[in-house]
Amino acid sequence: MLAVLRREMSNYFTSPIGYIFLAVFYFFSGMFFTNVLAYNSTDITNVFSGLFTVLMFIIPLLTMRSMSEEKKQKTDQLLLTSPIKLGNLVIGKFLAAFIIYCIALAITVVYSIILAVYETPEWSVVVGNIFGALLLGAALIAIGVFISSLTENQLIAAIGSFAVMMFIMMIDSFASLIPVEFISNILLKISFMTRYTDFVNGILNFANVLFFLSIAVIFNFFTVRILEKKRWS
Amino acid sequence: MIEVKDLTKIYGTKHAVDGISFTVNEGEILGFLGPNGAGKSTTMNILTGYISSTSGTAKIAGFDILDDPIEAKKHIGYLPEHPPLYLDMTVQAYLEFCYQLKKAKQPMKAHLEDICQRVKIADVKNRIIKNLSKGYRQRVGLAQALIGNPEVLILDEPTVGLDPKQIIEIRNLIKTLGKRHTVILSSHILPEVQAVCDRVVVINKGKIVADDTEENLSHKLSDDFRYIARIEGPEEEVTKILHGISNMKDVQSYGEKENGVFEYALEAEPGADIRRELFNRLADRKYPLLGLRSTELTLEDIFLQLTSDGSNKLDGGTN
Repeated sequence: MLAVLRREMSNYFTSPIGYIFLAVFYFFSGMFFTNVLAYNSTDITNVFSGLFTVLMFIIPLLTMRSMSEEKKQKTDQLLLTSPIKLGNLVIGKFLAAFIIYCIALAITVVYSIILAVYETPEWSVVVGNIFGALLLGAALIAIGVFISSLTENQLIAAIGSFAVMMFIMMIDSFASLIPVEFISNILLKISFMTRYTDFVNGILNFANVLFFLSIAVIFNFFTVRILEKKRWS
Repeated sequence: MIEVKDLTKIYGTKHAVDGISFTVNEGEILGFLGPNGAGKSTTMNILTGYISSTSGTAKIAGFDILDDPIEAKKHIGYLPEHPPLYLDMTVQAYLEFCYQLKKAKQPMKAHLEDICQRVKIADVKNRIIKNLSKGYRQRVGLAQALIGNPEVLILDEPTVGLDPKQIIEIRNLIKTLGKRHTVILSSHILPEVQAVCDRVVVINKGKIVADDTEENLSHKLSDDFRYIARIEGPEEEVTKILHGISNMKDVQSYGEKENGVFEYALEAEPGADIRRELFNRLADRKYPLLGLRSTELTLEDIFLQLTSDGSNKLDGGTN
């Protein structure tokens, strides 16, 4: 697993993908932070609420290659014939993307410290926000890696991921459109936005934590199943 | 070392591999011979655990590839048809990655250096794989298979795309590898298998058509019975004479090649030697025989031969 993780990490930085991801992330989070400062506020939660939409667009950048490129270059043949468990392989891939995401998210710690110079922020809220963003990122990355494992074309993986992310973003609007209460209730229950907003507002709901963790675990598990299924078909 | 039993792989309705059984003993170099699409790569992919079989078992060093994949894979070095290279890495970085991936136990630096020396890639160690020629890429792929000194080496058409000099080098390398490893090597080139392997399994349309030592097989196959002859003399008359030779099955004229000289393809009944009679008859009529050579067996011929009557003698009862 460590070997895969290390190779993936270095791959993010030998190709432009890692730099682009970080640059876009820093640009938007910087913009939100400038807004916070411009309004003479010390409320960092505005940064986090803005990040939700940005993540939907840049997480696919991070995950589109992870599995598809292996298949295209036939390097999956090396990975799958090595004495390594499929689960470890997928976790290695997932963690590599997640660590890049953590590096990106670390900038918010810097922002908080800058704000702390002016006025001591509500640290528990800041920590809760970062924690929420981490969970959201983990769930989205797991979904992205899964979609990447479905195709050998990174462009298709990217577009597929964008489509799914769009859907995730608009779950709430869909829910309000559907007249059947039963279905709209189900949709609201899987709303990423609502659950993430709880974190932003400083509410730590255990159900929300569990929701994002489950999504991450389930989709990583699906990815393993996809790899396994390839061998059997 | 390798035990394959009734291996079958079905894609939809197509039997890519159809009930293959064979064993490979320790230290043996087994040639896997067959035309494109015969099921060579599929068999190798099953043996290495890349895909699974529909039914049947494959055991590597006593470990079943389906029941105990991790243990079995530890004993295998695999060079697939397309070397699985990360094009954006340097050779050194790539080999280090493979070393970690395979959890090799040997001291890394010395081990990798030794392998680079053996496959002669030491001078390109710091280059990016993308910029290497096909021959070098193939060797890097081979180096990858050697990492961790696996007991079993599975090489899928290792000499494809190399120039003649490189082919000879790689063949010699594989021969030396056979002393330390058990090797399965696939090819669609008969002379290659003859040059390198101790034993040959011939496979066609997913089925084994022959399994024998190289000597036996080539001996049985080299019963010369097809010739190209150049004879000076009128075409019609010579053809008549040729047809008159006992055991002659077929005569075909290839037309006039030199002034008054015609070329003929002769096919005798298998096992019959027509050369002396041919000479005598032509000499009687004073039609000089200017050249006679046996045609080289193509894979097609081998399959025709193996799948015709003679086949039961060759294979050990797989039919």
